[in-house]
Amino acid sequence: MTIRHLRRLRIWIALVFFMLTLFLFLDFRDFGLRVIAGEVLYLQFVPSLLQFLDNATLGAAGFILVLMLTLVFGRVYCSFVCPLGIFQDLISRLARKRMANPGEKKRTSRFSGSRPHYFLWYAVLSLTVLLFFAGTGLMLNLLDPFSSFGRIVSHLFRPLVLGANNLGVPLLEQLGSHALYRVQWPVFVPAATGIALATLMVVGWLSARHGRLYCNTLCPVGALLGLFSKISMFRIRIAPDACDSCRQCQRVCKAGCIDLKEKTVDVRRCVACFNCLAACPGQGLAIQNHWRQPARQNPAKPGRRGFLIGLAAAGMGLGSSRVDAGPVNSADSSDPVDPVNSADSAVQTRPTTIPETRTGPISPPGSVSVARFSSLCTACHLCVSVCPSRILVPALLDYGLSGMLQPKMDFRSGHCNYDCKDCLEVCPTGAILPLSRENKQQVQVGVARFIKENCVVYTDNTNCGACSEHCPTKAVDMVHYLTLPDRDLLIPKVNPDICVGCGGCEYACPTKPYKAIYVDGNPVHRKAEKPVEKAVEQRIDTSEEFPF
Amino acid sequence: MDRRDFLKKTITSGIAAGSTLVFPKMGRLWAASQGAGTPAWDLVAVRGGEPDQMFDSAIAAMGGIQTFVPRGSKVLVKPNIGWDVPPERAGNTHPALVKRIVEHCLSAGAKDVTVFDHTCDNWVRTYRNSGIEKAVKDAGGRIISGDSKGYYQQVDVPMGKRLTEARVHQALLEADVFINVPVLKHHSSSMVTIGMKNLMGVVWDRGYWHRNDLHQCIADFASFRAPDLTVVDAYNVMTRNGPRGVSVNDVVSMKAQVISTDFVAADAAAAKLFGTEPADIRHIQIASDMHLGQMNLADLTIHRIRL
Repeated sequence: MTIRHLRRLRIWIALVFFMLTLFLFLDFRDFGLRVIAGEVLYLQFVPSLLQFLDNATLGAAGFILVLMLTLVFGRVYCSFVCPLGIFQDLISRLARKRMANPGEKKRTSRFSGSRPHYFLWYAVLSLTVLLFFAGTGLMLNLLDPFSSFGRIVSHLFRPLVLGANNLGVPLLEQLGSHALYRVQWPVFVPAATGIALATLMVVGWLSARHGRLYCNTLCPVGALLGLFSKISMFRIRIAPDACDSCRQCQRVCKAGCIDLKEKTVDVRRCVACFNCLAACPGQGLAIQNHWRQPARQNPAKPGRRGFLIGLAAAGMGLGSSRVDAGPVNSADSSDPVDPVNSADSAVQTRPTTIPETRTGPISPPGSVSVARFSSLCTACHLCVSVCPSRILVPALLDYGLSGMLQPKMDFRSGHCNYDCKDCLEVCPTGAILPLSRENKQQVQVGVARFIKENCVVYTDNTNCGACSEHCPTKAVDMVHYLTLPDRDLLIPKVNPDICVGCGGCEYACPTKPYKAIYVDGNPVHRKAEKPVEKAVEQRIDTSEEFPF
Repeated sequence: MDRRDFLKKTITSGIAAGSTLVFPKMGRLWAASQGAGTPAWDLVAVRGGEPDQMFDSAIAAMGGIQTFVPRGSKVLVKPNIGWDVPPERAGNTHPALVKRIVEHCLSAGAKDVTVFDHTCDNWVRTYRNSGIEKAVKDAGGRIISGDSKGYYQQVDVPMGKRLTEARVHQALLEADVFINVPVLKHHSSSMVTIGMKNLMGVVWDRGYWHRNDLHQCIADFASFRAPDLTVVDAYNVMTRNGPRGVSVNDVVSMKAQVISTDFVAADAAAAKLFGTEPADIRHIQIASDMHLGQMNLADLTIHRIRL
């Protein structure tokens, strides 16, 4: 294979990574790709790094592989794996077509060499690392390219796909097909959508006008990998004798890192897309092994330097793996508006009067504690996308400012399915650990609390029991309450020892505006006891006669 | 089909369709008049077989499915598919029974047999893990989603005291024949789940029922559209911790089935099987007071079959 083909290889691998990642976020019908989510996302740099800092295992070592690849081939992550990077390539490709069409001149040169913005770039990297070290992952959450991409897809593209699906349903039904079905919208969180939109606009504009400028000015991962690629083994090099400065390579270099005057390539900014290799009409470009050039550089020294940088970065991360959850925004979390039912015309006999008092946000099962979750999650919102019950929603300030947009369990639109562990299976950072089903079913993320004065049975003297119906462990059981002339009344009673905090009771409780039963989060998850199971005493004899 | 036949059918089904919209109960009259005749018994109870075998004998005793399902009709089969639990937990109607009913309907010449439920747990998993999705597809029926408000249309409940209007799934509004296939089980608030309680699965806002006198609402809604046939699955019966159940330890094997055109009678007989008096189940008593059906089993012709 000649080096010209490297570009094609890059495109194919990038498309595979991109499509798989995209589909993980968009798959609202659960086609089953989720089982290989771990493999697909193994190489995502920041998620893998965080996972490794929490629990150093081979399964979490994807970022080390990326660093090794960078040391050998340069920033291949940015062009082959990073979904936001590949997304930018798609945008700049589309933008070029649009700009080429009006047919102004002949072919305007698309890109040109540009000056680096190292100060900004390293400032972003330093600030991200320092803030992370200081205990807040906010910068990381907002700038990690994988998570940014995830939020763009979750909050902007996914609603479009769902909308198209729901528009298609009646059309297909007219034709007698029920291949499509209506799906419910995700819970709308303005801040999440707003930040996703802002990211899309910045990234989109920069990539349409300047190729990979975002990656080389604002992306902390790009900055870090740039440091590693500075000492990488195989680098693109301009052969001064063979190059006649025809600028073909410069025109296709979206990183703007080719300097034809000096005949140099800025390897820190080079994203290893290999466009230049394919564009060069002659033999002006080559890939050279820089570790075999003792005249220019000592191979051992930069290697050691890179190792130390990596070690320092990892060390900083380790020190910051504990983040305290901030105060709960009570206005946000106890918002009683039910998006599903509020539009219904049904009026309750008497509105409830006692507000629920929640002491903290509820992090998903498998996250061990709110603090651990908050320190590891990068708010990529893959769990939000895959949650079939739509109860994982981005929090605003429930986890504090540094945990902005990290998902919390919110039981306004559903409850956590007892047997489901989808979010545990897809989380790429390990913020939600992949527990076994049995273990997940014993995680107590919170405990149900009953407000008798809000309960229909108490206020109206009629049976309800919706909470107990939904309870998978019968932690909420109905007990005798009152005998009226024409009926026996039952009222809920909570057994906190076997409650898992799934929110079934809270979701089903019909009282408005405040619920009579709600789940209060456990800052540190506990282990719920298993419900006691005794075989049914009265065996019914099938040979018995009919009782009527 | 000759021209006269064609015209007759077009006109009658046109009127039936139109009147279903205006007077929901009219559809039942038309559907009944199109059938082969009245069933031989008020109620048939079977014991001792598999769910599908028991249905075969029960429906045969009733005069065959064609008594209820005219050729070319649209049938809605409404099992209980409320919970994401496997069949042995008895939280949902037994899939073998649903399958057999769909097969019978299709063999009688039904144009279309639709199955759905507004599930309590996630519907995709519930459909799958209950075994009912596969059962319906294998039998040649159509299982559709009930998981979006867009499927439900506002209707009036004419005799309703507390429940005067509801959002009802369009599959019920479009059906010529409505077969209700509840599972008999314990229920934490309505005491037992049988036929009338199963109808909560065709409406969108169940919360309203819970906060506005549950038993009254259950009975109220039964006045909206009585099922043409009620088939109570009492093969495996959850005797406590209902309606979801905690484990298989809540379940006894009762191997029974009750079918009737009178859903109040079916619920009364099933309540007896469960070991409780029909009058102690408040919504059965209310429905009886509203003259929606016969709760007193002594006044019915009952055929008892042992397999």
